[in-house]
Amino acid sequence: MIIAERKPLNEIIEMVKDAKRILVLGCRGCVTVCSAGGEREVEILASCIRLGKMKAGEPCEVIEATLVRQCDKEYVDAIDQWDGQYDAIVSMACGVGVNFIANLRPCDKVYPAVNTTAFGGSAEQGVWSEQCAGCGNCVLHLTGGLCPVARCAKSLMNGPCGGSVNGRCEIHKDVPCIWQSIYDRLERTGKGADMNRIAPIRDWSTAGHGGPRKTVRNDLTV
Amino acid sequence: MAFVPNIQAFCCHYTAQQSCAEGQGGLPADGFPANVTINRLACGGKLEVTMLLKAFENGADGVYMVGCPTDKCHNLMGSQRAAKRVAAVKKALAELGVEPERAAMFHLERGLHPEFVQAAQQMQETITALGPSPFKGGAQ
Ligand code: SF4
Ligand code: SF4
Repeated sequence: MIIAERKPLNEIIEMVKDAKRILVLGCRGCVTVCSAGGEREVEILASCIRLGKMKAGEPCEVIEATLVRQCDKEYVDAIDQWDGQYDAIVSMACGVGVNFIANLRPCDKVYPAVNTTAFGGSAEQGVWSEQCAGCGNCVLHLTGGLCPVARCAKSLMNGPCGGSVNGRCEIHKDVPCIWQSIYDRLERTGKGADMNRIAPIRDWSTAGHGGPRKTVRNDLTV
Repeated sequence: MAFVPNIQAFCCHYTAQQSCAEGQGGLPADGFPANVTINRLACGGKLEVTMLLKAFENGADGVYMVGCPTDKCHNLMGSQRAAKRVAAVKKALAELGVEPERAAMFHLERGLHPEFVQAAQQMQETITALGPSPFKGGAQ
């Protein structure tokens, strides 16, 4: 899923300082699962915005709502139901949701309430970690299922580097050296020889270095 | 007129037993401030961040939670969960430029204990010293 975390309240309140009617809009997708922008977080943020406005002596109305997703036109179009009732939208979805609202509603002011951080997962309650960087040319079949793009500090294709010590990455002792983990896993599964493979120079154009990426499925387009 | 703070206390069923056991008039006789309102919860784990935030929206000058000792919670984790939610509210207050001391967590033994009254008195003292909530009455 996409991992996000809420921005500091003072930043959000600054964004909406001129708004008197605010639509705080959550998303039931990834940001609900990572507790950044679901229904519960909408309720908390709405309360905090009202308090911030009360402190500034500026009355404001806050509408609280949560869409099924903010990354699909059909759901974003549901914002029509609040037409004329808000001066600004504060989206608690990931950056995709904010972009979709901006794309589809040319005259609306929309602001991000969260920092979108990574594609990852939760291995223990309350902790999320990055697992994939969406590089567009997956190499997991060569690396024992562990991603060197997202999980190696240098995104090396031929690690480990000289900074790997006792299975830890040189950037921090709490960070496993993923190349050590790749090596251990390949060894364990009888694929150790894969480590000898020479990694060719990588073409990063699929990773966004060739401009914004787009997927078209002609079997699905209408 | 002297400032009398509006203080909302949230207590789990177990730490608030004194309020019931002593009946009406019992707590004030022990020195429990009249301006502290007790909101009883079945368990500290039922405390929501929004309950405390909404208390401020509704005019509280200070809020606090009383739950069991962290290692002796009747429901194991309830008071630890409550403490985390109080901490989240303190953080929100700080980000909003308001004294985090306006929210507090107390871990007290269950049953009848003078500490229950002392927690209210301590809160009363802190909030009286801080003055009215900056959320009331506009820019300071
Ligand atoms: S190699 Fe690329 S696509 Fe595969 S997990 Fe890593 S970042 Fe994601
Ligand atoms: S120590 Fe390991 S994870 Fe860290 S940069 Fe080097 S190869 Fe990558």
